Formats: sequence, C-alpha cells, structure tokens
Amino acid sequence: MLTRPAFVLAILLALSATGCNSTSSTTAQAANSKIKAEDQRKAAPEFALKDADGRTVRLSEYKGKVVLLNFWATWCGPCRLEMPWFVDFERTYKNDGFAVVGVSLDEDGWSAIKPFITEIGVNYRVLQGDDMAAEQYGGVESLPTTFIIDREGRIAATHVGLVSKNVFESEIQSLLGKQAGGLRFGVPAFHLGAE
Amino acid sequence: MCLPFIWAQSSGGPLSVEPPAKISVRRGEAVEAAVLARLGKGFHTNSHTPSESYLIPLRLTWTGPLKVAGIDYPQPVMEKYAFSEKPLSVFTGDFTIRTRFEAPATAMSGPGMMSGKLRYQACNHDSCLPPKTVDIKLPVVIQ
Repeated sequence: MLTRPAFVLAILLALSATGCNSTSSTTAQAANSKIKAEDQRKAAPEFALKDADGRTVRLSEYKGKVVLLNFWATWCGPCRLEMPWFVDFERTYKNDGFAVVGVSLDEDGWSAIKPFITEIGVNYRVLQGDDMAAEQYGGVESLPTTFIIDREGRIAATHVGLVSKNVFESEIQSLLGKQAGGLRFGVPAFHLGAE
Repeated sequence: MCLPFIWAQSSGGPLSVEPPAKISVRRGEAVEAAVLARLGKGFHTNSHTPSESYLIPLRLTWTGPLKVAGIDYPQPVMEKYAFSEKPLSVFTGDFTIRTRFEAPATAMSGPGMMSGKLRYQACNHDSCLPPKTVDIKLPVVIQ
C-alpha cells in the first residue's frame, strides 16, 4: 500500500512517462493541430518592422513568450474573420506569456490599417509588413498566413489560409502548457503536501 | 506553401488573359474589343462592383491611340463563402470584358497598340492573394 506522498509521486511519474504534453497535444490533434515536435521546429526569422506609432519592433522582443504571428491585409475576408478571435486570445492568454503580433501587407499602409483595427478593437500589436519580412517567412503568398511561435522563438506551427478558432486555441494552450479546460500541464496544479 | 508553384504557370497569379485579336477601325468610328479572362479552378475575383467596401474591385484600364468609350463587365455572380457573412459579388471561371473604343478623327492612321491593365484580387474558399495586374496588348490598325 502506497503512502499518500508516494501515491502522488507515482501519479506524477506516470504522467511524466506518458508525457504530460501528450495529453494536451491529444486535444490539439483532435482539432487538427499542426504543432511540430520540438526537434523539428526551426527558428522564426527575426524582423524589424514599424508599429502604428513608428516604433521599430523586433520579434526577439518576444523571446520567452508564445507568439501568434499573423500576416493579414484589410482586403482579405478570411483575415477579417480571424482577427476578432485573436483579440480574444490576447485578452485571455496575455498574462500567461502569450502575445499576438499582426503584420499587415496592405500596400496603402497605415491609412488602410488604422481605421480597420480601430473599428474591430484590436488589442494586440500590429506592424506594417514589407516584402522582406514576407520573404523571410517563406514568401507569404497567401493570406492569412499564421505562425505559432514557441517560447524559444521557434516556429511550432504554420497555417496558410483560414483556420478554425479551436485549432489556434488548442495550439496556444498546448504551447503554454495548458489543457483545453484551463488546467496547467508541465507544472502540476497540486502539491505533495504534508502527510 | 506549395501554391506559388502552381501559380507560376499563369504569370504569377490564378488569372490569365487570352491575347485579344487585332482590331481595325476607321478614324472617327467606333470598334469593340473582347478580353477573355480565365480564372483558375477554385478561385474567384471580386467583381468590378464588390459587395463590401473593403474589397478591391476588378478593373480594366487602357492607354493608347484609341479613346475608351466604355467598358462592359460581365454580370457578376453572388456567392457565399465560409469567411463572409453575406454572398459576395464575384467573377469565376472564364469571363469576357468588352471595351468600346473610338478612333479620334485626328488620329494618325496606321498600326498601333493599346496597352491594357487588368487589376484584380483573387481568393479561394479560405485564403486570398495580393492584388495583381495582368498586362494586355491589343494590336490596332487605324484606317
């Protein structure tokens, strides 16, 4: 018969053996997640792009956070459908080490971008993209194109075209170490406690 | 990200234009030219009168020795897509745009060239391509 601490330790070891993250990735796979295994992820290219205030923003500023990097344009219908979801994600996961970064490829620049992001209440950072940034990320010929970047600055998933909100959310939760129901994985939500 | 490879066969975009036939016109008279556009399967372009203000319209413009009297776009179709709340005014498949030209009475007689630009923005059911422009050359003979 196991004592309580030994029993809890056994459960932790069992979870560890099966892979805590595999539980969350099972959830993610069920929703067509494209999260790559860690050893298959490549470094997300660095960029330096201007935000609405003219400030230069670099991807490296987000090291340590999970980032949803979304290439979009105001004339792109599927992009406009996704953006309110990103507003929700930013609000929900910001305090967990998550950030959304939008990169607009509008030729007309901020005169096109600002009215739209104001209209839908974008609460995340939007940058004006350029050909170089698009090239660095594989050409970005089609919009929306979204990269999910892990805390180490590596591309964990790439999505070309419209993706369901559930898929994005599963991937974000997986990389943040959260279960779909909101429970954390990786860091046990309970402690061994005194007998 | 294999789509750009497919598009490379159509001048960098899903829309191609059949080279229009040469036209002849007498000075002071009118003539019509047809431009046949072919759009790849699964794609649509916004029509010349998009149903949403944020959409980029398809537009044909001309420069050259003839005066443009009018451009007749085909009747758009209204189609519903997963990303749109309402049906959108679009063109799909093959469609023809007709332009009515007039040769000014003072035009120089002889061969010439009208240069057209067809600007469009295409999407499929879940993604969109940046706006592109197809260059069109229309040989003309003014008599």
